[in-house]
Amino acid sequence: MEQGIKSLKHFCAPFGSAKFLTIINTAAFCPAEIPNFAASLETIPSLTMKQQFDPKRNYEVTRKAVGYIERKQATQADYDRIGFMSGLEVHQQLNTKQKLFCRCPAGVFQKPDEFDAELIRHMRPTLSELGEYDGTALMEFKTRKEIVYRISNKTACTYDVDDTPPFPLNREALKIAIGVSVLSKLKIVGEVHITRKQYLDGSIPTGFQRTAIIGVEGEIQLKNKKVRLIQLSLEEDSCREVSDIGHVRIYRTDRLGMPLIETVTYPDFTNPAEVKEGADYIRFLNRSSGKVRQGIGSTRADVNVSCRGGTRVEIKGVAHTSWMPELTHNEAFRQWALIQIKELVLKSVKDPASWKLSSKEVSLKEIRIELPSIHKANKSTRICIVNLPMFRGVLSHFTQPGRMFADEISERLKVIACIEEPNMIHSEMLEDMARDKVWVKVRSLLGGREEDAQLIFWGPEADIKTAVETIEERCRMALTGVPNETRKSFEDGTTIFERVLPGADRMYPDTDSAPIPLEDEVIENLRKNLPPDICDRFAQLTDWGVPQDTFTFLLKYNLVPLIEKCCSDLDISPKFCATLLGHSLKHLHGKFATLLLFRNDMIFELLKYIMKRGLDLAIAGKMLRVLYEHPKMDFDSILVTLGYKEIPKEEILAKLPFLVKKYKETRLSDDNAAGHRWIMGNLHQLALGNISLRELNEHINL
Amino acid sequence: MSEDIFQGYKGRALEVLQKFNARVWAKVKVDTTRGVFEGTILPRAENTDDKHLVMKFFTGYNIGIDIDTITDIIELGYKKAVYKIPEKEFPYSKGKPNVKLLGTGGTIASRLDYRTGAVIPAFSPGELYGAVPELADICNLTTEKIFAVFSENMGPLQYRKLAVAIGEEIEKGIQGIIIGHGTDTMHYTSAALTFMVQNSPIPIVLVGSQRSSDRPSSDAALNLMHAATAAGHGDIAEVMVCMFGPTSDEYGFLHRGTRVRKMHSSYRSTFRTIGDTPIATVSRKGVVPIKDDYNRRRNDRNVKITPVFEEKVAMIYYYTNMQPDMIDSLVENGYKGIIIIGTGLGHVNKPLYPAIERARDRGVAVYMTVQTLWGYVHMFVYDTGRDLMAKGVIPLENMLPEVAYIKLGWALGQTSDLEEVKKIMLTPINSDITPREPYNGYLIYQGGVPEVEAFIKKFHK
Repeated sequence: MEQGIKSLKHFCAPFGSAKFLTIINTAAFCPAEIPNFAASLETIPSLTMKQQFDPKRNYEVTRKAVGYIERKQATQADYDRIGFMSGLEVHQQLNTKQKLFCRCPAGVFQKPDEFDAELIRHMRPTLSELGEYDGTALMEFKTRKEIVYRISNKTACTYDVDDTPPFPLNREALKIAIGVSVLSKLKIVGEVHITRKQYLDGSIPTGFQRTAIIGVEGEIQLKNKKVRLIQLSLEEDSCREVSDIGHVRIYRTDRLGMPLIETVTYPDFTNPAEVKEGADYIRFLNRSSGKVRQGIGSTRADVNVSCRGGTRVEIKGVAHTSWMPELTHNEAFRQWALIQIKELVLKSVKDPASWKLSSKEVSLKEIRIELPSIHKANKSTRICIVNLPMFRGVLSHFTQPGRMFADEISERLKVIACIEEPNMIHSEMLEDMARDKVWVKVRSLLGGREEDAQLIFWGPEADIKTAVETIEERCRMALTGVPNETRKSFEDGTTIFERVLPGADRMYPDTDSAPIPLEDEVIENLRKNLPPDICDRFAQLTDWGVPQDTFTFLLKYNLVPLIEKCCSDLDISPKFCATLLGHSLKHLHGKFATLLLFRNDMIFELLKYIMKRGLDLAIAGKMLRVLYEHPKMDFDSILVTLGYKEIPKEEILAKLPFLVKKYKETRLSDDNAAGHRWIMGNLHQLALGNISLRELNEHINL
Repeated sequence: MSEDIFQGYKGRALEVLQKFNARVWAKVKVDTTRGVFEGTILPRAENTDDKHLVMKFFTGYNIGIDIDTITDIIELGYKKAVYKIPEKEFPYSKGKPNVKLLGTGGTIASRLDYRTGAVIPAFSPGELYGAVPELADICNLTTEKIFAVFSENMGPLQYRKLAVAIGEEIEKGIQGIIIGHGTDTMHYTSAALTFMVQNSPIPIVLVGSQRSSDRPSSDAALNLMHAATAAGHGDIAEVMVCMFGPTSDEYGFLHRGTRVRKMHSSYRSTFRTIGDTPIATVSRKGVVPIKDDYNRRRNDRNVKITPVFEEKVAMIYYYTNMQPDMIDSLVENGYKGIIIIGTGLGHVNKPLYPAIERARDRGVAVYMTVQTLWGYVHMFVYDTGRDLMAKGVIPLENMLPEVAYIKLGWALGQTSDLEEVKKIMLTPINSDITPREPYNGYLIYQGGVPEVEAFIKKFHK
């Protein structure tokens, strides 16, 4: 997965180093393709004037200078300008009875505080091939996290907590993974090798995920382009986090070990909308197999984004494809902003290698400041002031909508130094927490100058050293551009720092499992029973005249096979079925919380019943609603609930002359439509299931 | 020496590689009936078939390719993995205890070759320091590799060599000894060293790991730190096993070398003291004794080394319907001592009686221990027991079977006088036999009981 995206870096590098440097050298930091870049940059106060510094203004000015625009206004030209590039890693849980490497049940979950035992582990970095500790490894070790696993006897065993070696790989899962790989036009490997992929965040008690490649080099066909797939792997899912406060991170082990497949694309997406289209396509494809899990958390994607001159940043665990456009848009621009910050700082920092912050522990009295009250109470809390040379204008520099560079520091203090937020204030806050004279004092204590920035942070004594290192590290990174990292997403489309991105050398063979040969025969047998391609499904739905707005729902829940079955076995028009499912069922999904007892195949039985009794199909939607709420109710009772009475069509039609007469006697206007409505209203209940409303309406002769 | 360019490949796979002249470590493009695969050819592991080629895909994953599907291989490049463990000099600090780590071949600390997957042991002080830098905060460590055998291949020769090496280290004035050992037979070695090295003035700590140190969740580093703490700073001058207390990364136990046993095939907390409590707990903060009757650390060098062992000693696990020829064959093969692991209080079936008599008549020492592991042999309770004793079987109180086997080998190594042997066997050495079993010496709680569940929820197992 990681290396897959390494290619992305390769993509970026040539642009990044060459083209960007020319931009800088031609002075004024003014790429021709961004017209207002130059003008606005000239007015960035921190650079030019010694006047009163205004962080709010700086934020707005830098935002403009970055050329940030709202996604709705952005065109392909905007994305081309910043060299938007993105790839996906789509995870999909498989619907197997048991976990991947043990015999625990899959899909049985526990509440956060529901557990039988807890155990504690500390993850130690292992040396990489080059004799170096990997970046993530070192960071995780720095954090000195105590990892607590909450184990429920129902959902986890000694394998899950790494006290028993793996059992043979779940064959059911393997078959599903091969099937999806074939659907994804991947080349199936001859022998499956279980590989260990290190994770030091504790999300897997072993410290690595067991994962195996099933197929490599495939493709999917989107509306306007083909997107290449790097690989599909079968792997075990990780723990679910309960909390992460200070130095203790708690996980529950129910989801751990559940089989999932990961489909990795090349970085072929060139705008945010495409990313979503690709993610949806892969999701639909996975679900078309009919053998994957649905529902919250069953499909999650990591989205890799970079801009020209930027680097691969991975936005982790995005649960909704609808979030992707905003997230990728903002991330690309965040990187674009970080590159601008780099250029800004490098103008005044002539020797980046020797850049160094200065810091000092102080008492509250010394700087005469009120800190957010929660942190005052704790006696072990230490306060530290920091001077960042030549950083004026950087802390309040725009990075994302509503976020500035200082947030990048604060987030790292939380994750790496384990100091809970709020953990700092700084000299460029939009809402001024400290008075100017405080910053003057801080500056004088550290011998800082006008063009520097200052911050005050606080935390437990033991974490201060790491915190200072963390601040220095992040600021130094500002001199080189965009740090390699994984980020956590929010619904508003912004992201925060999550972890340092793991290095490449963290894959190695699992010495506990033997390779599994895959014979042609097995693959061919699976190939015989595969569903059609998703792009063909789109065409099929269009052919049927099904409303476009139902496509997503139908494919997301893999309902097309059900429509086909109703069509072939019950001779019901696909358009009717598709609408019933895509509108009525979707409406019910939204209206009620997921009802475990209701199964989609009940809809077939319902329609079968309606056809057998010769009822009018219009009743299906009403019956479906009752059935959805009361899955155990038999169909006869549902009809009773709906107040259905069997009345021959003729009998209903026979009532028309009387009603027509009645209407004519009492009509207030010449409007026939009102008459139709009145008569239909009178007969609606009787007609339901007995005669189609359209037919009835046609018989009204005013 | 010509280099093996087809490392590990055999049979048909080898033929295919030779046919296309594709070497291990070559970056290749492989045409197959399933499509084109690109990657680096890796060596093939032992005990695998000759039908597949292993490659590293550019994403770091390994994949196998069916030899029969290959139509062409084109070499695109070549880059051999050169592998070296980084070494950092182990810092010496004045005032810290000098501790010696004796290696037996088990890998406590190791690093992984990411390309081949081979585990490379880290052993020299420099390597260990690179892997577990915290060790330098605990002691001044030096190391010596005595031999390199897997745990299951440890035997009398190794026990004797170790005992001699320990004696030499003590003579030189070392302040603590750590012995890195595979876990499977660690309790055999701990028993052997207890008998062969007596009256030690310093701690002798055996340590291993249940999860190799190439994984981030390994218990190796913490076990090593615990062992270094016990060896360098602890006051208990005995042969001990130092392994995880609970399965959590919390603290270790120091088990007496004669009362410890590996009780789970894979758990981290696999070593348990049987029939007693562990001597102490150990964490990075130090050793906290549980028992008080241990031998204290001393400043002298008066250790007694008795590195002898009679190899013709066997241990037989009694099962229902065991036939007398099981014992006869041992006797006929010249065995001089037999430890029977009997049922219940120490019993075997009647058909074995004549065989046991024949053994006695041939001067074979026969001793009884129990399969239940916990509890004493009590041969007076039932007729069977009395019959057996009459036929010369000697009950060994609550000595663990493996310990009895080691002790008998060691006793017979010193003398063939069976009375003398009996005296050695029944004279307790470092609690191999204890006069009494404390109430908390047998704690195997069963899950499902509300009180137990409440306990497990509150404390780490």
